Amino acid sequence: MNYVFDILPPLLQGTGVTLKVFLITLVLSVPFGLALALMRISRFKALGTLVNGYIWLMRGTPLMLQMLFIYFALPFVPVIGISLPDFPAAIVAFVLNYAAYFAEIFRAGIQSIDRGQYEGARVLGMTYAQTMRRIVLPQVIKRILPPISNETITLVKDTSLIYVLAMNDLLRAARGIVQRDFTTTPFIVAAAFYLIMTLVLTYGFQRLEKKYAVYDE
Amino acid sequence: MMNEAMIRAVDVHKHFGPVEVLKGVSLEVGKGEVIAIIGPSGSGKSTFLRCLIHLETVHRGTIEIEGEKLVSTDAAGHCQYVPDAEIRRICGKMGMVFQHFNLFPHLTVLQNIIEAPMTVKGMRRDEVVPKAEALLKKVGLLEKRDSYPSRLSGGQKQRVAIARALAMEPDIMLFDEPTSALDPELTGEVLRTMRELADEHMTMVVVTHEMGFAREVASRVIFMDEGNIVESRPARELFACPEHPRTRAFLENML
Repeated sequence: MNYVFDILPPLLQGTGVTLKVFLITLVLSVPFGLALALMRISRFKALGTLVNGYIWLMRGTPLMLQMLFIYFALPFVPVIGISLPDFPAAIVAFVLNYAAYFAEIFRAGIQSIDRGQYEGARVLGMTYAQTMRRIVLPQVIKRILPPISNETITLVKDTSLIYVLAMNDLLRAARGIVQRDFTTTPFIVAAAFYLIMTLVLTYGFQRLEKKYAVYDE
Repeated sequence: MMNEAMIRAVDVHKHFGPVEVLKGVSLEVGKGEVIAIIGPSGSGKSTFLRCLIHLETVHRGTIEIEGEKLVSTDAAGHCQYVPDAEIRRICGKMGMVFQHFNLFPHLTVLQNIIEAPMTVKGMRRDEVVPKAEALLKKVGLLEKRDSYPSRLSGGQKQRVAIARALAMEPDIMLFDEPTSALDPELTGEVLRTMRELADEHMTMVVVTHEMGFAREVASRVIFMDEGNIVESRPARELFACPEHPRTRAFLENML
């Protein structure tokens, strides 16, 4: 037990990195994903096709590859080539990647709303933007909570990929200690930490679902 | 009592792909008139109503609401709508009630009613709420103020939908088969609310299968078939002695 307390500080530090990547990615990729979804269903067909291609690219290649590309290869790309430090590079990759998944969830949600809702809003004089903001999206949120919850929990665990940029997230910190001390205990502690994080998320999403359960459709 | 026309539709054509659903429909509605549009399903009556409030676009013809052009067609056959903001303003003179209510399920009854006056007209909540409550009282549902639509019966939903449309203070009300989705024993309460509106001289266009309502409340009944207006006459006359054989056949089937 004492050993566990000894290894807690580096593991907690790793958890901090993990949480930082998780929270920043979540806060940025959800609105970006929503914007992508709205572009994808817009009446400007070219925009939709463009977004389609983007989603294909982001879902069609490994997140780790995207991260390596942004960190190592992007600086050498003409015109847009910029050199990013490890943390921003990881965040950019995560946001670009997760927004693609969120976009598809939002799109499915928006398209599941009955046409009558748009018509009902339209004959009351509401614009498309007002209809989306006041009528459609609030209903979409209720419907997409389960898949969003799924994606969010996956994100917690995906953050471990940042080890390829030599960043000390929870898993890499644990692995470091395992290799140093020749014991697997740090892995078990790390697993417990991941479980606690996902438990909190699960609970939060259940609360949200309950909140939205006040009305039936 | 035909003074200034509230709705003037001239030679309205509409097709879905190759299927012509409106083949030159013309209609003038005077202030305070209650028009019932009847006819078999697929006759184009709902589509015509939806064209009036721009839920469908026409391919040829002219529509004017209270003297203002919504869409017009020039001699060369080019059909031209006014700009979007104008469309919204002109269509704002009309309210519409749907067969399937289209209430907003995530909002309570009261919120359903105050939503558009607040977001569209920018009214303050404390101005709108008393008005909404008065409307709820009028349709007999004040006690359902804080219920969600899923808790209401079909008839109650439709009365809320009527109150919601009235909250925007329209000059004209359009009804698209307002009782068709209701259990028979619930149609009465909705028809009663509509009759009260007619008694207050609201201009109304009602697409309906309720022959009783058409006969008793409508000032004029229009029979549509295959995208045309076949007959348009005062209610009493049309039901007593339909001129056209198709009208006669339809009425015999219905009654």
